[in-house]
This record gives sequence, structure tokens and C-alpha cells, in this order.
Amino acid sequence: MAMPLESPITFSNVGKSKWWQRGIFASQTGYVLLALAVLLVIMHFASPYFFTEGNMQNVAKNFSFVAIATLGVTFVIITGGIDLSVGSMMCFSAIITSMVMTELSTPGGFGASLFVHMAADGKTVVANIPGLILLVSVLAGLLVALLVGLVNGFCIAMLGLSPFVTTLGMLSIVRGLCYVVTNGRGSFPGGPDADYFYALTSGDVFGLPVPFIYLVILALTMAVVLHHTSFGRHVFALGGNEKAAELTGIPVVRVKIEVYVICALAAGLQGIIISGWLGSAPANMATSYELNVIAAAVIGGANLAGGIGGPLGAIVGCVLLEVIRNGLVLAQVSSYWQQALVGVIIILAVLVDRIRSRMI
Amino acid sequence: MANAETASADATPILELQGIGKEFGAIRALHDVDLQVRPGEVIGLMGDNGAGKSTLVKIIAGNFRPTHGEIRFGGNAVHFNRPIDARAVGIEVVYQDLALADNLTAAANVFLGRELKRKFGPIALLDHKAMASRALELFGELRSETRPDDLVKQMSGGQRQAVAIARTRLSNARLVMMDEPTAAISVRQVEQVLGLIHRLKEQGVAVMLISHRMPDVFAVCDRVVVMRRGEKRADKPIHQTSPEEVTALITGAKEAA
Repeated sequence: MAMPLESPITFSNVGKSKWWQRGIFASQTGYVLLALAVLLVIMHFASPYFFTEGNMQNVAKNFSFVAIATLGVTFVIITGGIDLSVGSMMCFSAIITSMVMTELSTPGGFGASLFVHMAADGKTVVANIPGLILLVSVLAGLLVALLVGLVNGFCIAMLGLSPFVTTLGMLSIVRGLCYVVTNGRGSFPGGPDADYFYALTSGDVFGLPVPFIYLVILALTMAVVLHHTSFGRHVFALGGNEKAAELTGIPVVRVKIEVYVICALAAGLQGIIISGWLGSAPANMATSYELNVIAAAVIGGANLAGGIGGPLGAIVGCVLLEVIRNGLVLAQVSSYWQQALVGVIIILAVLVDRIRSRMI
Repeated sequence: MANAETASADATPILELQGIGKEFGAIRALHDVDLQVRPGEVIGLMGDNGAGKSTLVKIIAGNFRPTHGEIRFGGNAVHFNRPIDARAVGIEVVYQDLALADNLTAAANVFLGRELKRKFGPIALLDHKAMASRALELFGELRSETRPDDLVKQMSGGQRQAVAIARTRLSNARLVMMDEPTAAISVRQVEQVLGLIHRLKEQGVAVMLISHRMPDVFAVCDRVVVMRRGEKRADKPIHQTSPEEVTALITGAKEAA
């Protein structure tokens, strides 16, 4: 029964797969990226306005408004889950942020004396420490997102409820809370820090829209977390084979809760940024955005069955949807067609991937 | 194989089961099973489907708690609530469905749950290089043509088996239980898996081989344990029995030996 264990191993019968059959080239993300490139070329010839600086800035800004939330939901989708509450979450965080900001900036408001005082003229409100109100109110908005994410994660990971049903319920609960806390009216970011708020959410730095910069930073961070930390590896393992993940000792419950918290925080941040661009946080803000966000993630190659996805795919999906929207506007096609076309693209993207994986 | 059996006969058992029983509601899956496994001993656990093999393995692995009886491991009474508890004392299982994540690479699967990391200040990042080279070493020991960077979903049954077995080699397991490791792989790879069992044995690791394949059990085991209807019907040194007798015990043609 002695085995010749000393001789070196050779790969005689297993060839190395070709470069185009590996990595990004063999992924749906790669195909959609290619489709996007083709689309950009078509747009260039179809409209002289498409590749102007103004339009590019516009496109970059618009897709950044959904892409941060898409990064978050991609984490959840990789584990094989889904989060339908992101649209409501965007709205809720935005509302809480602007309500806290307004409250803290109104002399006589709750806790406002710590943050603001009246100027000598008796009319202007001056911040004690510039930027502090902004910081506190954004943290408040993110805190509620954190809490909602924890509840989602608790119900799904600890109580074993289905992610679809849990987050569908949460979609309704959080949207309801948006109407409850505002009494159905909108809320507006106000006070001495409002200018900072607008600058940090819808301003430009060196010609780049601020949300786009946040997006790039978060996407790079996400890439590192997914591929170079054990947390990221566990996220993929959970989507690939949850039972195996559990048997190998991965803290499945903790990882699940964490991805829902990450998703809620990303949605909350996204909502706060959108409210800065809108200049208000109405209670019906971002209604049905969860569908855009999930559509973008799926088009970009995240697999709803779990185990596949990444930041590049999330962004590519968002860019593709925005370029199509933008292109239809430039081509003067009725905007009513947009939604129908998005649906077609979702199915096409998944179909191409299915055909490709059958061919190999 | 006779010399191996006598060599380990006087050693203290690493695993001792006393009167293990398990009931699922009205169904009695296991009844009064006693078993001793010594370091470096290879035990073949045989029995037809539903004989109680899997239940026994799952109790030892910490998936189920026994309804009756006591488990002693390394001389101490142990109570496993979860598989991790069993792993912590040195019991590893290679599952029949292998418990692999298809979407990850071979190396990632080998190190799943115990990744090697490098510290960069407060951040610990995965050490891909170290994991890939250690995984390659382990595959080399198994004589498996498995590349650490290949995705498990692209692999053959034998390669997947190698990945699952490599995982148990990573920790210093004292008892490795293998559930049908040779069921779905090529003849050549069966030889490799049996070779690995010998290597484990040489290092004093106890191996429990759950298998339907009589030739494999007789090629590699020191002792064969036959289960039938939730009870242990036979426990004999391999050289005192024959495939014919074991078959008779499994089918019930012979009640006990």
C-alpha cells in the first residue's frame, strides 16, 4: 500500500483554462461591461451632447445616487439574501438627518442650546462649533439605519425568517415610520450647517461630483473587504454553500447580521446624499428605489442565488441603467419607455450569462 | 495488517463510546453502542442504509446529542453541542457531500473558517500566497492534481475529495471520520485516498472509515465494526473475518459475530 509520495506532482491531464475563460472575462460583469462600452460608442455617434463635460458630470452624479446603496445590497445578494427595504431606508435616514439638523439648529429646540446661539442681531442663528450639528445629524440618520439593519439581520439570521418576507415587511414598516415622524409632510435640512450639508452631498471637487467620490472610495473599500479579509471570504462562502459554511465553523449568524447592517447603512448614507441633492427629504422620497438598486446589482452580475457579485458589477449595472436613461432623454424618446427597457435589460443580462455558461 | 493491530492494541483509547443510544421521537436510531478507537487505528464502519452509521458519526461529530450514554475523548468525558466543539478537541469529519463552497477556490475551501492572515496595523488581510502554497503542499501529499487557485465547481469528484481531506490535515486532528470517501472517485484516486489513510495512521491519527466498498475496508482497516438496525452486531480485527462474513452481518443473514 506504499505510495510514491516523493515524486513531484504534475498536471498531465488538467489543462490551464484560457485567459478569456477565467476571472472577469468569464463573468456576467465582464459581458455587461462590454455591452456598456458598445453602448457608449453608439451614444457618442447618436448624440453630440452625450460626451460633453456637463452631461458626463450629470451621468456620474445620477448613477452615484443609486450606486452606493447598490454596493450595500450586493453584500446581501452575495450571501444569497435580498433586501427590499433599501428604498424606505434611504428615505428614513434622510428624514431623521434633516429633522435632527433642523431641531438642533432651532433655538429653543430640543438640545439646541448646546449647539447654537443667537447672533448679536437677535435674528441670525450661529453654530457654536461649525459642522458639529451636521456631524450629529448625519450620525443620527445612520444610527436609525443601523437599528433597522440589526432588526432585519436578527429576524433573518436568528429567527430564521425568509429574507424576502422580512425585508418586504420592513419596507412597509420603515415607509410607514417616514410618514409617522413627518406627519406626511416633507422635512428640510436647515440651520447654520445646511450649507456644509449641501456642499458635502451635491457639491463638486475638481469637477467631480462629491457622491461619485464617495462611491469610488466605498467601492474600493468593498473590493478589499470582499477579497482580502476573512469576513469577505465568509460572505462568499455563505452564498456558495451555507451548510458548508456552518460546518467549517464560520459564524454564520454574525456574518448574516453584519451584511444586513452594511446594506442598511449604505442605503441610509445614500438617502442622506439624495436629500442633499433634492434639498429636502419628503416622506415619499426614493419610493420603489429598491427595485432600481436590485436591478442594477443583478444586471452587473450579482447572482440572486448567492455566491457571486462585487463592487465593479454593482457600479457597471448602475452606469448602464443611467446611460440608457440619459440616452433615451437625449434621443428624445418618451421617458415612459425607460422602465420597460430596464426590464428587458435585466432579462437579457441574465439570459446572456445563462447561454454562456451552457456553452462552456 | 496484523502487526498494526497489535501495535495499537495496548494504547489507551482516544475515543470511547459507552451505551450510546439515540431516539428521534418514536424511532430508535441507535441502541446501546459501545466502541473504542485507539490512536493510529483504522476502523471500518459498515452497515446497510438506515443501519445507524450516519447517526453514530453525527453524534461523535457533535451534530446530534446522544439520548443515552457517554462519550469519552482522550480520557475525558465530552459533551458536544455543536460541530465546532468536536473540532476543538480534535475530531474532524469529511462529509459525503464534502461541505465545499463551489464558488470559492480550492485553497479558500481548505482554509475556510481558519484563514491565514497578515497584519497591516489594525487590519488583518488574507495571506493568499501562504494559503495557496500550504494548500499545494497538502494536495501534493495527497498526490492530487489539484491547483489551489481553481474554483471547486470546475473540479472532478476526486479533486473535490482531495480538497475536503486536505482540510482535515490542516488541523492536528486526532480522529478523522470519513463518510464514503471513495464512493464517487476514480480507481486511481481511491488508491490515493487509501494512501492518505495510511499516512494519517502513521502519524497516530485514528481514522473511522464509513464505506460500502468492501475491498477498500479490507485494504486499509485494522478492525471492522458492523451496524444493523441501530445496534453494533460485530467488532472484529480484520484478519479474523472475511468479506463474506461481513456481508452476511450487514444483510442480517448472520445475526452477530
